[in-house]
This record gives sequence, structure tokens and C-alpha cells, in this order.
Amino acid sequence: MKQNLIMSFESSCDETSVAIIKNGNKILSNVVATQIKSHQRFGGVVPEVASRHHIEEITFCIRDAMKQANVTYDDLDAVAVTYGPGLVGALLIGVTAAKTVAWAHHLPLIPVNHLAGHIYAARFIKPIVFPALALVVSGGHTELVWMPKEGEFKIMGETRDDAAGEAYDKIGRVLGINYPAGPDVDKMAAKGHDTFHFPRAMDNDDNYDFSFSGLKSAFINTVHHAHQVHKKLNHDDLATSFQDAVIDVLVDKTMRALKKHPVKQLILAGGVAANHGLRSRLEKQVDQLSGTELIKAPLKLCGDNAAMIGAAGYIFYKEGIKADASLNADPGLEFDWLPNEAK
Amino acid sequence: MKLEVNNSKETIGIGKSIAKYLKPGDVIVLDGDLGAGKTTFTKGIAKGLGIKRYVVSPTFTIIKEYKDGRIPLYHMDAYRLDDGSGADLGLDEYFDGDGVSVVEWSRYVKSELPAQHLQIIFKRDDLKGENYRTLEFNPVGDHFKKMISESLNQK
Repeated sequence: MKQNLIMSFESSCDETSVAIIKNGNKILSNVVATQIKSHQRFGGVVPEVASRHHIEEITFCIRDAMKQANVTYDDLDAVAVTYGPGLVGALLIGVTAAKTVAWAHHLPLIPVNHLAGHIYAARFIKPIVFPALALVVSGGHTELVWMPKEGEFKIMGETRDDAAGEAYDKIGRVLGINYPAGPDVDKMAAKGHDTFHFPRAMDNDDNYDFSFSGLKSAFINTVHHAHQVHKKLNHDDLATSFQDAVIDVLVDKTMRALKKHPVKQLILAGGVAANHGLRSRLEKQVDQLSGTELIKAPLKLCGDNAAMIGAAGYIFYKEGIKADASLNADPGLEFDWLPNEAK
Repeated sequence: MKLEVNNSKETIGIGKSIAKYLKPGDVIVLDGDLGAGKTTFTKGIAKGLGIKRYVVSPTFTIIKEYKDGRIPLYHMDAYRLDDGSGADLGLDEYFDGDGVSVVEWSRYVKSELPAQHLQIIFKRDDLKGENYRTLEFNPVGDHFKKMISESLNQK
């Protein structure tokens, strides 16, 4: 008896993960091996270390995922895998493992864009209703994605310099916070006040793009300057001031997009979607709109994981999207842009 | 040679004027603190090469490729690399390749850098203003020495 069981793989960055997903919305297992500890010394990802770590972990992840889900290879219907964007060496490990399993067990291979995976993490809350809009915010991405129908993604706006999560990591480094800095800055921000009034770049521009580089520079300037004159700054206030600036721009641009293109659902996804400040502000704002519902990716599935790849993979599987053994990692993979006249 | 700039527009302008002289296989390394203007400068080079896409920070993916200009631009960020790991990434293939490589935080990939390259050091001076920067040009090799004297003296 087939139950639409998908084995999914994710290895685009820090996490090695394998999941078994039933019918696209039920997690039978989701094993995530993280290597953030080994990166902390460098304040980030080390591709060579990352690839080696993925190789070491991936077979154990497969074994544990199958054990926890209590399935064998014979029970599987398809294999889904992230093939981009990400670090090429890291992506290759997941792609190679997925191709091998698919080939050895005569299963269809479904290629999944990592960002589609983040968005489809929402599927574990409820089915997506179209048209939908997704705000994807993570260490490598800050994008507003328009989704007219199932499996179709168009970029409405993106960052022109740093990703939101990257800005968190970089200002975190200035404050001496370990990578990834987001969770700690979020906690500090809850205790402080916006006393520094950092710039909200591009907030009033008539587009859906973001910029966080100026905010990063303003933050660093403030800290350096204080250091030079031996003045002690309140770190909680610094965190609040920074986070408020990030959230203001993210939320303002998203609300602008929603007003121009009303949707049934707004999906908040990606690692920074776990940020409490962002979640609650977006909640308040979307509450005031009638007809739009906010779906926040489950907290546990905001970071990179294979369960979300299985959820997206299921949709593509239903649509008949398949890859063959020539599937390769595509580190620069991106969605198409929504044409300007449609924005 | 040192240049002073007062805002990011001027930084972009310098990148743009250098871009005209770039040829495949050229390597430019950009050093300086977070927020010193390295990616901004790279935006200028991209503009000068006729690249239309946004040049965004490559910190996350380490290497970003832009191929819609006169010659390809490979924008790299070694911020998260340990010294020596550049070889595993195949950076030398980019350096010998069909485009221009711009490398941020080059100290982490020192052993892979070609002998001839252009180094630019970005420094801020808070006393002279928030957006004030000095750009120090250290060309190694005749090609880059000529490039600097021609492109920057014309300004």
C-alpha cells in the first residue's frame, strides 16, 4: 500500500538532514545534524569543513531517518533533494546521496530549490492557498516571492547588498556574539529600547527591494566611535535599535507588496522567520488586513532541514517534475523575477 | 597610491573607471573591515563591466558569478574561510579563468592568490566623517601598475 512516502535530503549549508515525509504534510522523521559548533571559531561556514562534515553525517542521517520513521527502501515512492542555491561542495553531498538512493531503488528523483523548501515548510501548518506571497529571510536570502499558483515562484523584491540574517551575524560579531547571532540579538532586543535610530534604507522607495549594508555600517560606526572615546554603550539598546530597523523595512516592504497584490496567505519563512520580534510585528500588521492570513513556518522548521524539502518535493512530485542522473548542484540557482510591469 | 572618498558614490565611480582596463584572468583583492566599502567598490566594477544584475554580498555562498557583462565577474568572499581552504574550492580555476576575480578578505586565501594582482586596502577615519574612506592601491606587476596610473590619473 503506497502512502506517498518521500525521502528528502538537505545539505546546502551548515545542516546535513534527511527526512521521511508522508503525503507532503506529515513528518515521519526529520534528522538534522548541525555543524554550527565547528564553524564558531571562524564566525561562519567553512566550505571544506562543511563538505567533509556532510559526508561523515549523511549515511547516519539516512539510517536514523528510516529507523525513526520505521520504513524500508521498499516503502518509498520518491526521493527529493535540494540542488541549489548554496555552497557547491555541500550541495553535492546531498545531490549525490539522493541520486544514489533513487538509482539503486528505482525511485523518481525530484529536484527542489532550497527557497521553495523554506516556503513549503508552511505546508506543515496548513495547505497553501493561492495566490500567496512569501517573505523569505535567512543568512543568505531576503526575498519577497509571489506565488500565483502551486509550484510557481516569482521574485518581487530582494536585497541589493547583505541578507538580513547576514547583517545579524556581522553586527553580532562586533558585539562579540557567537555565530549564528540572530537568536541572541533577538533576546537582547526584547530588553532594550530603540535609542540609536539607525537608518531604514530604501524604506520609502517605490519598490520591494531591501538594503541592510548601510544599517550594518551605521551600527559598526556607532560601536567603533564609542570605543574610541571610551564610552560604554548599552548592548540591549544597540540590539533593539538594530532589530527595529531591520523589522521596519521588512514589514513595510511586505505590507506595500500586499496592498498592491492582495493575497490569501502571507508566508513567513527562512531562518530569520524564527525571530520573535519579526513574527509578532508581522502578526499585528497582517491582522489589520482583511482577507489575508499570516502563515508562519513552524519554529522548528525555520532553519535548514530536510522535512521542508520533502514538503516542496511532494508538490513537484504531484506535478510530475523529475530529474535524471545528470542532476547537478546549482549554487547560484534562483527564481525568475516578476516582470517589472506586473509589479 | 592613495585616494580619498567621501561617500559610496565616489567608491563606485573608482571601481567603474578601473573596470575599463580589466581583462580575463585579472585578480583584485579587497581588504578592510566590515562595512569599509568592499562590496560597494565591486558594484562599481560590475557597472563598468556592463553587468545589470545586483551585486550582493557573497558572504553566504562564498562565490557569486555575474556573466551578463563584457567579461564575467567572479565575486568572492573569504570572510568565512580558513587559510588553505581556497584550494578545495578551486579558486585557482577562477583566477586563471575567463573573467575578473574580485576577492574580499584575501588574507584567508593568501596561498592561492596569483603573484600578479591588484590589492586595494579600505580604511575608515571616524574623525573625518562616517562615510569617509581611504583606498590604498598596491598593484603587483606591470599590467596592474599601468592600469592604476592610467585609470586613476585620468580622473
